[in-house]
Amino acid sequence: MTTTNDSSPKENGQGDRSLPVLQNSSRRTAVKGAFATLGAAAFVAAVSPLRQAAKQTTASEFMQTHYKRLTDEDKRKVIERLEAEVKQEHGVDVDIADDRPIPGTKFVYAINLSVCNGNGKCVEACHKENNHDRATNQSYIRVLEMPKGTMDMEHGNTTYSGVVPKDDKFYLPVQCQQCDEPPCVDVCPVKATWKEEDGIVVVDYNWCIGCRYCEAACPYHARRFNWKQADVPADEINPDQSYLSNRLRPVGVVEKCTYCLHRTRRGKLPACLEACPTGARVFGNILDPDSNIRWILENKRVYILKEDLGTKPAFFYYFD
Amino acid sequence: MSSTTALPTSEDQRSDEPHLLSYPRFLKRILWLATEGSFGFYAWMTLLTALSLVGLNAWANQVAGGMIGTNMTDHVSWGLYIANFTFCVGLAAGGVMMVIPAYLYDDEDMHKVVIVGETVAIAAIVMCTLSVVVDLGRPDRFWHLIPGIGEFNWPVSMLTWDVIVLNGYLLINLHVVGYLLYMRYLGRKPNPTWYIPFVFLSIFWAISIHTVTAFLYCGLGGRPFWNTALLAPRFLASAFVSGPAFIILVMRVMRVTAGYTAPLGPARTLVQIIRVAMVVNLVMLASEIFTLFYTGGAHVSAANYLFFGAHGHSGLVPWMWSSIVLNLIGTVLFFMPSAMERSTVRIVACLCCIAGIWIEKGMGLIIPGFIPSTLHEIVEYSPSLIEWKVTVGIWAFGLLILTVLMKVVVSVFGGQVTPEQPTVTT
Repeated sequence: MTTTNDSSPKENGQGDRSLPVLQNSSRRTAVKGAFATLGAAAFVAAVSPLRQAAKQTTASEFMQTHYKRLTDEDKRKVIERLEAEVKQEHGVDVDIADDRPIPGTKFVYAINLSVCNGNGKCVEACHKENNHDRATNQSYIRVLEMPKGTMDMEHGNTTYSGVVPKDDKFYLPVQCQQCDEPPCVDVCPVKATWKEEDGIVVVDYNWCIGCRYCEAACPYHARRFNWKQADVPADEINPDQSYLSNRLRPVGVVEKCTYCLHRTRRGKLPACLEACPTGARVFGNILDPDSNIRWILENKRVYILKEDLGTKPAFFYYFD
Repeated sequence: MSSTTALPTSEDQRSDEPHLLSYPRFLKRILWLATEGSFGFYAWMTLLTALSLVGLNAWANQVAGGMIGTNMTDHVSWGLYIANFTFCVGLAAGGVMMVIPAYLYDDEDMHKVVIVGETVAIAAIVMCTLSVVVDLGRPDRFWHLIPGIGEFNWPVSMLTWDVIVLNGYLLINLHVVGYLLYMRYLGRKPNPTWYIPFVFLSIFWAISIHTVTAFLYCGLGGRPFWNTALLAPRFLASAFVSGPAFIILVMRVMRVTAGYTAPLGPARTLVQIIRVAMVVNLVMLASEIFTLFYTGGAHVSAANYLFFGAHGHSGLVPWMWSSIVLNLIGTVLFFMPSAMERSTVRIVACLCCIAGIWIEKGMGLIIPGFIPSTLHEIVEYSPSLIEWKVTVGIWAFGLLILTVLMKVVVSVFGGQVTPEQPTVTT
């Protein structure tokens, strides 16, 4: 190549063109400019659905920091904003509290498998209490129908129907085990989930990035992802809410059972327990020596799920 | 890159210019060059751009409508995206297989193609990052992952390790490739202190990216199918097949389209690496299958579903067997003497192994980790149209970057661009 003025080297050593070099390159520049403009326009068109999504996120929500870094004043503002959003979108007045753990409390749960008959009232109560999506019938609890004579969940069935209890079956409700060594907390890359002093594992729905690594890590299928915005009719929204539990969750984040902390930290019992017609469920503070739960754990034949994994659940099963 | 470090001088008077001015000009020139080419080149780039935009649009719709647009569920919470991510990490790590013989064994010929391996690694890392970003439910909160302003759960979360090693690997390779090209452009001999340490670092780093990615999965006690110490070594073995195989294909394309011919030696070395790595990979697969099926227990239910189907569900069975068949065919072809030549056999072998390992890392590893679920429910999964579009978009964008980088490599190493040429057009 002899033309040193040519800044556009020719491919495969093709010979010189007849056109003057400068003219050639300026035509090229024009063509490239046209293509670049076309490409930019196509790019804008391709990402246009994002504008819709961006409308749903305010600047203050985008900038909101981690729950643990919020001051009391910040929290007040955040909660006001969240309440206003629900009012605007659903026309409902909700009360979002910031319920904190009660000192000297460690909540544990126990289920009497001799009594549980698989009626599923707990599943339903959880669904309503925690403002789950109506269409998908979501709940934090799954009940396995198991054949008698096995503890192998592989023989279980969560989609059973018909009259319960069946003679040859027993029933195993599974929900978050609030582990003392929670694998879900370890794997979260942004510390959006953690274990509180009273033993409840919580999620900051405004900090979770939705990677679902915690969902992969949980051995109890206890975490749920908001694949779409949960749809709850306005008149069915439970207005008694807490920031870390049953408030309406944003789309694209992970959520889980919180032992109904908006109830239990106010001295009430979890919704699933209140709904259970057989009395199979027992809930309480294990640090209280006089509590019912303490007596059960000391006197019954108690076991935990998947003990071999070392997760140390705060959720127990027992037999009479 | 700081100022001059006593390099062999060239007669070019421009070399006295500070790098602060001359490096940006170099970048500008090569970027202009990268958009110059034949009709076929433009057609290829237009196709890739169009496919990338289709993927971008599908992703934008996914963000706007929620992840419900994918076929993932609470049972199978990771799907095609994370499967593709895993394969691309292998591809990136495999890029380093060019580097090891070139520098560890001082194979002179290898130096001429090592830059191809490193550019493949750059494109692959970009694809990895994109595959993770599109899997996020809240991509707008990506900044939560940035140390300092976000909350970085390091060193406990393996995902934060992955963020560090992938970005580090990208930076190392950008530096090595940028430096070698720049020196070539200036007509100088590269100064070993500026790149040899980084090359050795990249060798260790390449192994770390795939090991850390394996630890993402095998560290989960609740997923018995993944919870095996063989996972990381298997990842490495398969990466050392898919990476070199991909590089062989890229070299072939460069030879046919741009006349960029490398000596036969390096490609033969790559084939030998593939032979060993693939046999090791298959031996480890056999070992896995033995422990799975001979013992039974919790491990075997996912494997049963994967290989034979379970409880009337068999969605992954055709995938798994096609992967094994492709891998076996590829291995046999690689062992044929003609694989050492620039033959069709070699190309077919590369394609078989790449496809086989892509399936093995995706439908054969990530998905069966979720089926059956931790409560032993079987919920099947197959990617939705949105997921396929996004994945194709990511591949198109990766190939776009690769094409641009290759174009630059060919021009710079072909001596088509040097500082002497005045920059009239820019």
